[in-house]
Formats: sequence, structure tokens, C-alpha cells
Amino acid sequence: MAFDSFGAFMIMEGHGPYVWTCYFVFFLLMGTVSLWSLRQRRAVIAQHRRAESPRVREKSPAGASFTRIEPSQD
Amino acid sequence: MWQIFHKLGSPKWFFGIASKLMPWLLWVGLSLLAAGIVWGLGFAPKDYLQGNSYRIIFIHVPAALLAQSVYMMMAVAGLVTLVWRMKLADVFVRAVAPVGAILTFLALFTGAVWGKPTWGTWWIWDARLTSMLILLFLYFGVMALGAAISDEKSSARAVAVLVLVGVVNIPIIKYSVEWWNTLHQPATFKLTEKPSMPAEMWVPLLLSVLGLYLIFGWLACLRMQTEILVREGRTRWVKELVQARGN
Amino acid sequence: MHPIRKKRLTIVLFLLAGVSVAVGLTTYALRQNINLFYDPSQIAEGEAPVDVRIRAGGMVEEGSVRRDPESLRVEFKVTDFTSSVLMEYTGILPDLFAEGQGVVAMGRLDGQGRFVADQVLAKHDENYMSPEVNEALEKAAGKRAAMSGAESESAVSY
Repeated sequence: MAFDSFGAFMIMEGHGPYVWTCYFVFFLLMGTVSLWSLRQRRAVIAQHRRAESPRVREKSPAGASFTRIEPSQD
Repeated sequence: MWQIFHKLGSPKWFFGIASKLMPWLLWVGLSLLAAGIVWGLGFAPKDYLQGNSYRIIFIHVPAALLAQSVYMMMAVAGLVTLVWRMKLADVFVRAVAPVGAILTFLALFTGAVWGKPTWGTWWIWDARLTSMLILLFLYFGVMALGAAISDEKSSARAVAVLVLVGVVNIPIIKYSVEWWNTLHQPATFKLTEKPSMPAEMWVPLLLSVLGLYLIFGWLACLRMQTEILVREGRTRWVKELVQARGN
Repeated sequence: MHPIRKKRLTIVLFLLAGVSVAVGLTTYALRQNINLFYDPSQIAEGEAPVDVRIRAGGMVEEGSVRRDPESLRVEFKVTDFTSSVLMEYTGILPDLFAEGQGVVAMGRLDGQGRFVADQVLAKHDENYMSPEVNEALEKAAGKRAAMSGAESESAVSY
């Protein structure tokens, strides 16, 4: 260990604020872009599923046993 | 050889491979990065001149190196788009451009914060810093141009040309510290020489560089998968995949 | 390779070569503007303009730093091991300022070859070392200097 105590580790002989700011921003940005990318993929999959689900039900073998009811619009 | 090349061009094949690779890339990458950073922050000796402020190097150098590598990879992909018209190459460029921009920003930001206690200034218009700022704007340009043209094919070609034109900036960044007088110091690591740094410093640095490269690999796979899902939404394999994942 | 692809590849390579030549020529023409600072040799040869705000940089010569005891005024010589320039600065120097270390200063050349700086930045080199190794190296260098009978005292006094 290059430091005697946790306090010394945080202060880093006066350079602490510089070092910790860098590490904070680094992890903040890398974390944000990772989570955002994960959510994007999930959103696209969810969107596709929503768009596809009625037609898939129609095509599936079980779908033959019932007919879709189209309620009149008026 | 050509068969692999054509297979690589198949989005479906890539999607499967990426899914298998991603957990490895992420967890090995995170472990290496964590090891490098913990070692660098807490155990590496301080520098005789700069003291502890030099510990910023363990993220500054990985971010700066990767920012340039990502651009080089994008340039290769741009060449593939223009010559072979491979769709997956354009998918790669679109997927990684924002990541490259973030890495470039991080390199500039950590450099500025490091510059204040060591040089005495946050920013100076020397050749290294300015060419790195140009790289950031190139990434922004690629993102903006891609978004501005709606036709997929012409958009892909325009983006590829811009990426290729911008690639001349990469050697300028690398050699700026040798060709011109700059405030930024020359490279500590050269291929032909021993690093001018003790092993207690360069081993953790190497670990965090490798870790960040792997994490980038994970991010690239993830973002390419998203892009493929958007583009190939109407194909049968995507429909089947979406249903299979749903339950 | 398919002839169409070959043609596309040639076009792309020509594009790249053209852009590289253009950028290369531009940066070559602008090299003095891209250089952040003038080095002492350029100043000695009269390449740097007099009484215009410019930057000058180099190594702080060993044993050349003279501090005014009454004020923050400092005088030191900056060298590139061929020529040197006398610099004058009033203010707080950066922490890394030391003899044998690099500096880049902003200021004006007066007519007599003296550089009056209003900002001094530290330029560190690419070498990193732990304090213990540096100490050991300096001790070894001191021993060598003492053995060769050089005046290692003179570097300390100013």
C-alpha cells in the first residue's frame, strides 16, 4: 500500500480532488453509456414484440380455433 | 478465408457470436480494469516529480489510446463499406461512434484535470491537445452526418467517406509531440524501447488498458446488436429471436 | 478481386492519398504556428519576433535560478543545450518548476535578448520514477561528480 491510512489515500497529499474527480467522471460516463446501451436494446426488442404479437397469434395453430373480433368503430 | 469474410457479413451469424462473447468480454474486462485501477491508485509508488497526481494516468492513457483505436477500427470499417458494401461494417461505425466520442472526451477531461496541478494550466492550444479536440469533433461529425441522411445506403457511404478523410488526424495526434514543440510530453511507451517507467507503474497501466479494450468490445457488441435489431426488424430470424427472448 | 471492387478500392486509396498530401502540406506550411513555443536556438538566431507576445520554452539551466529576496521576481536561464535565454518572471511558479526541468513561458523578448514572462508553465518529461529510485540515482550521480572533482556545491547555492 502506498498510503498509511484511508484518510491519506483520499487526500493524496493535496492531489486527491484532481484524481478523484477524474475517476468519478470516468465511471459516471462509462456507466451511463453502458446502461443506456442495455436499455436501448431492451427497448428495441420490446417494440418488435409489441409490433409482432397480434400477427403471430393469428398465424399460430392455436389461433385457428378462435376468430378475432373487430368491434365496429361507431 | 473468403467464407469467413462473408459469414462475418451476415448479421444473424454475428448476432449469435456476439451473444456468446459478450459475458466474457464484460467480466474479464471489468476484472482487468478493476485490478489495474486498484493497483494504480493504492499500491503503485508515487512519481518523484508529480507526486500522486500522476495516478490519473491509469484512466487517461487507456481512454486516449482507445479513443484513437476506435477511430482506426471505424476507418477500416469505412473502407469495407465503400469497397465491399458490407452492411455490418456500417453497423459497426454507427454503433461505436458515440462510444469513441465519450472516450475522447474522457481523455481530454482527465488530461485537463491532470494538467492543472502539473503544468499549471487546464488547457493550452498545443498540437497534441488541439488534434485530440479535432478527433472529438470528427466523432460528432460522423454521428451528425449519419443522422442527417435518412437513406440507409447513401448515409453509409457518406459516413464512410467522412471517417476515411478524418483518419489523417490519427498520425497527427500520435506524432504531434515529436513533430512540433508541445507542452504535452512525448510518449512514455515506444515499441522499440523499454518503457521509461518502472514495472510497478506500467503493469497496472497495461492491465487497465487491456480491461478497457475488452469493455469496449462488450459495448460494441451490445450496440451493434441493437442496431441490427432495428435494421433487420422485418426479417424472420429477428422475429423468431424476439419471440424466443420474450418468455 | 472483383474488378468493380478493385476500382472502388483504387478510388478510396487515391482519396486518402490526396487528403494526406493536402493536410501534410498545410501543416508543413503552418509548422511555425503549430509549434507551441520558440526554443532558445531559434531565439538566438533571431527567428523569434521582438516585443510580440510569444511562448518560449526549454530546460531550466542548473544553477541559474536567482530569486529576489524582497519580491516574487525570479530570473533563470532556459536552455536547449545549444543556446540559452535569460528569463525574468514575477509571480508564483508552478510546483514542478525546478532546475533541470522543462518550462514553457509566455511573454515578450526585449531588445537585449532577455525574455520577460508573464506566465510560466511546467513541462514534464516522459519519465516516471518512484521517489526512492530518483534519490538513489541522484546519490549515484553526486558520488560520480564528487569523484571527478566537479563542483557539485555550485548547483545548490543561489
